[in-house]
Amino acid sequence: MKSQKWVPYAFLALPLLMYSIWVIFPIIQTLYLSFTDWDGVSPELSFIGWDNFKLLFQDPYFKISLWNNIKWLIGFAGISVPLGLLIAMLLDQKFKGSKVYKTLMYLPMTLSFVVIGQIWSWILEPRCGALNSFLGIFGLKSVGWLSDPNIVTYSLIMAASWRQISYAMVLYLAGLKQVPKELVEAAWVDGANGWKRFIHIILPMLRPATVVAVTVSVIDSLRAFDIVYVLTRGGPFYSSSVMANYMYIMAFNNYRMGYGSAIATVQFLITLGFIVFYMRNVLKKEEAL
Amino acid sequence: MKVKKIVFYILATAIVALWIAPFMISFFTSFKSMDELMTTRKWWAPPKEWFPSNFVTAWKDANMGRYFMNTFVITIPSVLGALFLSSLSAYALSWYKFKLSKFILMIFVGGMLIPFQMLLIPVYRFSVSIGIYDKFIGVILFHIAFQLGFCTFFLRNFMKTIPSSIFDAAMIDGAGHFTIYRRIVMPLVLPALAALGILEFTWIWNDYLWSLILIQSDEIKPITLGLVNLQGQWVTSWNTMAAGAIIAAVVPLFVFLLFQRYFIEGLTLGSVKG
Repeated sequence: MKSQKWVPYAFLALPLLMYSIWVIFPIIQTLYLSFTDWDGVSPELSFIGWDNFKLLFQDPYFKISLWNNIKWLIGFAGISVPLGLLIAMLLDQKFKGSKVYKTLMYLPMTLSFVVIGQIWSWILEPRCGALNSFLGIFGLKSVGWLSDPNIVTYSLIMAASWRQISYAMVLYLAGLKQVPKELVEAAWVDGANGWKRFIHIILPMLRPATVVAVTVSVIDSLRAFDIVYVLTRGGPFYSSSVMANYMYIMAFNNYRMGYGSAIATVQFLITLGFIVFYMRNVLKKEEAL
Repeated sequence: MKVKKIVFYILATAIVALWIAPFMISFFTSFKSMDELMTTRKWWAPPKEWFPSNFVTAWKDANMGRYFMNTFVITIPSVLGALFLSSLSAYALSWYKFKLSKFILMIFVGGMLIPFQMLLIPVYRFSVSIGIYDKFIGVILFHIAFQLGFCTFFLRNFMKTIPSSIFDAAMIDGAGHFTIYRRIVMPLVLPALAALGILEFTWIWNDYLWSLILIQSDEIKPITLGLVNLQGQWVTSWNTMAAGAIIAAVVPLFVFLLFQRYFIEGLTLGSVKG
């Protein structure tokens, strides 16, 4: 097609300018700041090389945060995604009321993590919350869902998974539209044969959904913030802290902007592999077009 | 066959019941008195006596009404701005063949997946330095800019499906580039714009982190920040908190229920072949 070369750039100018100011340059700036000791106030900052990163890996609270993020990652990608698939397989059959059932399952996806945090705060409240009151009916002991340092992270992941499972389920229900319903129904009732059919026929057909569900879940698990901040602020004693939350505290409460940038950079580097994987996937589809 | 059907219904109903239990708990809690809550502790049971006044308390005394309006003031221009600007970039990236096309697309796609923490400090600093910190415009501009990544990716995929013969025919007729964008491409992508708009509306409505970073004054806080405030100040009134949470959730819930098909279509883009 013949056209002047500047035309696409004219259309791109404003969007690209805004994207550069608020997204691209900040990324570069944070990378740069992670090598400094900037405190957020003083006009001067000094370049301190790798010191922030060396300090990070001696910082016990950062180690807890990193380890908790790994738990989040396993909870999201390793548990929520397969559960979402399982529920999608169950609901992707012909039955009366299927629309209502699906709609109700979608609902958590519309909520903000702040609202989800609120809702779960009175479910998980240790003294008289809904879950412990419910357990009490059966004579079970109360659990310190949000106060026990050994449990609190799992409670947070459970609350967030409520939404994440719905998300995975939506992706798989869309993917299952490509799979004949009889095949799905047969997979449930055919025992060993059904399982084989699921592994060898259905699962490969769902690959595009799996790629998106897993990469998005991994990325979301590594940048989880809202729900931790609302429910526990990372406590008690940093036991439920994650990198995003620790970064916020360091940068915006303690004014250690350089150190905070280093935390963000670690988050970025861990995520980068998955971002590249996702982009390669997009490019592959491009070439297939 | 009948037994199977029954087992299926029991299983499916149990899962759905478990899934909406948190909604029911919040709904019932929001209408209860604190007395009833503390004495019965039956969170899952309907109130013995209904107290709609909890909503009045949340709306007026806890200022949820103002936060609610603020959220509209932030969300609507953000969505419109992101849709408009991304339609320009998507148009450029879908119709024109030029060297940097793929590279620019990848910048948009990569940016949307970045951990937000990579942007917090510079965006905060930039907003302070040009005087848009603690103003509606500061949050709005950020949302527009950041959402350009997903919106461009989304709209471009959609525009790619328009046959190029339409475009060529318009060129031969002597239509200008902007005319083609406005009169031919935009009307064709209207359904995609609707789906995208609904999705973006919910996302921006639900944002917490960016308002936390870019807004300080209580007068302009959106509902997510307001709800956290409420949690701090009304810490022992779970019924008021529940009413506040419902006020914060009701708009995205209704938007979703009204436009479910669009919402799902938007969300599942890229996860289905084609």
